[in-house]
Amino acid sequence: MSFIDRMIGRKKSAGSAKERLQLVLIHDRTDLTPAELEALKDDLIEAISRHVDIDSAAVRISVAQDGRSQRLVADIPLRSASRRRSR
Amino acid sequence: MTATVLTITSGKGGVGKTTAVANIGVALASTGQKVVCVDSDIGLRNLDVVMGLENRIVYDLVDVVEGRCRLRQAMIHDKRVPELYLIPAAQTRDKSAVSPSDMVRLCNELRPECDWVLIDSPAGIERGFYNAIAGADKIIVMTNPEISAVRDADRVIGIVEAEEKGSPVLIINRLNSAMVKRGDMISVDDVLDLLAIKLLGIVPEDENVIVASNKGTPLALDGKTKAGQAFQNIARRLMGEEVPFLDLESQGLWQRLLGRK
Ligand SMILES: Nc1ncnc2c1ncn2[C@@H]1O[C@H](COP(=O)(O)OP(=O)(O)OP(=O)(O)O)[C@@H](O)[C@H]1O
Ligand SMILES: [Mg+2]
Repeated sequence: MSFIDRMIGRKKSAGSAKERLQLVLIHDRTDLTPAELEALKDDLIEAISRHVDIDSAAVRISVAQDGRSQRLVADIPLRSASRRRSR
Repeated sequence: MTATVLTITSGKGGVGKTTAVANIGVALASTGQKVVCVDSDIGLRNLDVVMGLENRIVYDLVDVVEGRCRLRQAMIHDKRVPELYLIPAAQTRDKSAVSPSDMVRLCNELRPECDWVLIDSPAGIERGFYNAIAGADKIIVMTNPEISAVRDADRVIGIVEAEEKGSPVLIINRLNSAMVKRGDMISVDDVLDLLAIKLLGIVPEDENVIVASNKGTPLALDGKTKAGQAFQNIARRLMGEEVPFLDLESQGLWQRLLGRK
């Protein structure tokens, strides 16, 4: 990308192609649509909340690429037990 | 002799499979290897014209499969190189005239006869594609540095792996280094990042490819063009040689003559 492009924050088409491909390939490979991923997240929050107290608003779930295989990555912040007691 | 059977496939149409089969075939045969190219694109045959052998067709793949001729009778000898043969596709039939098990049988019959069998696959992921990969030892997936071709290549790679054909290798065709440089074409590294398979070769966009197919004389017959050289390099890699990838971003002729990097 040229200096001027960087200065004015213009992104070149190859960059958007790669980003768009990354997302499309994840969905092609896993058969998971963004909507299904959201539904999965809700189910996950519900199931985990039955056992521990979690900060459900901060739960992040994503599909990461590892070579040709995909993994589901969930980041689930736990609420600390002490804070819960003091509430 | 025990041939290695290679199938070139792509998912998306028009990415250069037929061009690649003709040129890799010529390049392998130029080194003295015995090569049989098989056009499995039944109903849309093209390998014959790209190789310049269209006037010599008597029998085709379907004639062999249906027992109307012996295998040898359907092998057209390309006399420009010592041992290059073409088995053309049938033009007036459709993909269902051949089954995957027919192709397995054909490949088994060809294996003791030569060093390499190169199968030109039709586009798509239907019957013709499954026919093309059925008898292969190794699959070559071809793509262009372009969003829909890469996406379709990924689909095909997934299917090849699911069919337990091993991990395919990749040829990136029609790379335009000027466009990559100005950020308007996905680079080789980007494609490899996305598809995560081994690279077999990079072929530049080259007008000579069209000139060569106009004439029916594959470029790899001599190595004077960039694309011809790229196909020769691919052939050498297939034979186990370590050949560096063409530096397509590279310097012009003058800089090269002056030895500057
Ligand atoms: N490296 C290249 N530079 C310029 N033109 C090319 C290059 N490779 C292929 N072409 C051109 O692209 C067109 C399609 O090539 P080709 O017929 O080999 O593709 P294909 O994948 O076999 O197509 P199909 O899916 O229809 O069988 C042809 O006109 C060919 O000359
Ligand atoms: Mg073709």
